[in-house]
Amino acid sequence: MSTEILNGNHTAAYAAFLCDVDVVAAYPITPQTPVVELIAEFVESGRLKARFIRVESEHSAMSVCVGAAFAGARTFTATASQGLALMHEVLHWAAGARLPIVMCNVNRALGSPWSIWADYSDSAAQRDTGWLQVYCKDNQEILDSVIQGYRISEDSRVLLPVMVCYEGFILSHTYMPVHLPPREEILDYAPKKKPSWALNFDAPYTHGNLVLPVHFQHLRRQMHEAMQMARKVIVEAVDEFRKRFGRFHGALVETYQMEDAEHAIVSIGSLGAESFLAVDLLREEGLRVGAVRVRFYRPFPSEELRQLLKEVHSVTVFDRFASYGKGGMLSVEVRDALFELKDPPAVHGYVVGLGGVDVPYTVLADFVRRTVKDYAKVKRREEVIML
Amino acid sequence: MKLPFGLPREEFLLPGHTACPGCGATIALRIVMKALGPRTVFVIPACCSTVIQGIFPGSSFAVPVVNIPFEAAAAVAAGVSAALEQLGEKDFSVVAWAGDGGTFDIGLQALSGAAERNDNILYICYDNEMYSNTGIQRSSATPIGAWTTTTPTGKREHKKDLLRIVSAHHVPYAATATIAFPKDLYEKVRKARQIRGFKFLHILTPCPVGWRFDASKTVEISRLAVQTGYWALYEIEHGKLRISPAFTPYLDKSRRKPIDEFLKHQLRFRTMTPELKAELERAIEEGIERLKREAELV
Ligand SMILES: Cc1ncc(C[n+]2csc(CCOP(=O)(O)OP(=O)(O)O)c2C)c(N)n1
Ligand code: SF4
Repeated sequence: MSTEILNGNHTAAYAAFLCDVDVVAAYPITPQTPVVELIAEFVESGRLKARFIRVESEHSAMSVCVGAAFAGARTFTATASQGLALMHEVLHWAAGARLPIVMCNVNRALGSPWSIWADYSDSAAQRDTGWLQVYCKDNQEILDSVIQGYRISEDSRVLLPVMVCYEGFILSHTYMPVHLPPREEILDYAPKKKPSWALNFDAPYTHGNLVLPVHFQHLRRQMHEAMQMARKVIVEAVDEFRKRFGRFHGALVETYQMEDAEHAIVSIGSLGAESFLAVDLLREEGLRVGAVRVRFYRPFPSEELRQLLKEVHSVTVFDRFASYGKGGMLSVEVRDALFELKDPPAVHGYVVGLGGVDVPYTVLADFVRRTVKDYAKVKRREEVIML
Repeated sequence: MKLPFGLPREEFLLPGHTACPGCGATIALRIVMKALGPRTVFVIPACCSTVIQGIFPGSSFAVPVVNIPFEAAAAVAAGVSAALEQLGEKDFSVVAWAGDGGTFDIGLQALSGAAERNDNILYICYDNEMYSNTGIQRSSATPIGAWTTTTPTGKREHKKDLLRIVSAHHVPYAATATIAFPKDLYEKVRKARQIRGFKFLHILTPCPVGWRFDASKTVEISRLAVQTGYWALYEIEHGKLRISPAFTPYLDKSRRKPIDEFLKHQLRFRTMTPELKAELERAIEEGIERLKREAELV
């Protein structure tokens, strides 16, 4: 195993390289561009024996991946923001056709007005396309999630595409030490295999022609079941990963100091990393606070959250994405997960950090203090906050 | 034993397809499939050919088919082709089979991208000169003067000259064809099959439903399109333009039939004004003169 000092984007490119992808198609967009550039270098230097198709748009990037995946190739792409929005239509096709594609999305706000900085409005808007979504808190997790992503996505019990999300600049352009396992070990963990349904001239199939409503419904139900099954496959994949590589970022969630917590923070992405620091700060003040970082947003960790939060008095949820006219969707979903509890905790949701506004752990701690003060009176709060 | 025009007997378009009677696109498809054989992948965006395949779990295609979004044909085909090569497959064809809407309009960007990259695919536009799938709306391939549901008083603009747009991408092969000349079509597909890189075929495929003619007249109308000079047959190989033998006689204006012969069977031209008809004739004349110059026949 070697250790390199890499930014998030170069980590993503290394991940594709180490997973020995066959076909890459990508289109540059800030803050994802260095992923494309480094993959171009890998391919042109001959280190990565893959076809790199320099498409003219993200719509075509995802379309190339769909075509290549149909042929049975391991495919990779990366995008951000406007690019992900442009892919939207094809994201549905990729998931609907049950193609195991892995894509990195470098979270960035969507215009108008222009912003190049991080929030989750891009990937959150693709929540219901049938992709698994994992949100990373540091660069090592980007590498490990892509590797795990291929294993989970290509598992015959799942066969759904995986989107590995990490925030623009906060991770994409920040250098950290990243441990790179040898390629053989990675390919042993996530072996390449030609899927049984891949295009075959000797046994020709027509994929995706018109279906009657009852068949359509059946196929979509299978998609939902595959997503549910993914929960188990994710747990197996991260356990095996821990055994082989000694690293663990959580399965569907990562927890911090939850064992004796009376109040909890739930967040996602790099906000999760900040929330762990906020826990330390608040514990120094004598508050028994713990944190849960939602790692997989789809499938949603409802059961995990229920178990972890059933004893706490309050939950403060931080979201980096607003559903206008409602608030933070993460807090809505957390509240939903806790609905069945006999005495569910108060859930206070805050949308923070839109368009890249910096959200240090001290700010998170302020919100938690506020929750702790009035949770007994205020069961539910939903705020889009300006810092 | 071979069929007339030397076409092979083997069929890859199976009985039970759901095209309308007299569908020109389906005749083209059948010939193209014969020319390409079993080691062919069809990539099909939203269009009539989506429907022609029939309903799941059935299919009228005896080769692998991938259905994909409306504007994605060229890119998906590029992905299939690159992946098959990367996985070590040899001697196969990947065809993007799209209507004029999916080619001239919404799919033009992906088409341009694949053409410029010289991706190893055969892009075939079957051109029925409108959006049939959605019920006869104009496309940029609809000819001047034609009725569609979105041009109820006749289209005012000319058809886009797509072959020139494609060949401006320096592609190795681009050609036109139509179903009344099956041997010409068959041979062009056979030739394209041997060439590495981006190949483009533009096939005029009369549509009785949208053009409003009797379903028994499809081949006749296709033939008249050539004989009146409305549809020129030619190919551009590595930048060199060559008039196809079937069209050579009609380079000579005196041997061409009057345009009315082509228009009169089609109710879509019923309300065409004399001005628009004159404009169509002028454009045909100008187009053929230009072809002659480029083929260095003058
Ligand atoms: C993005 C998108 N917009 C619109 C449609 C609706 N639509 C489906 S097929 C079609 C027209 C197809 O026309 P053409 O490509 O000429 O093929 P034809 O139906 O004539 O065979 C349209 C507008 C769609 N499927 N996707
Ligand atoms: S509408 Fe026209 S092109 Fe479409 S299937 Fe019918 S005849 Fe063929």
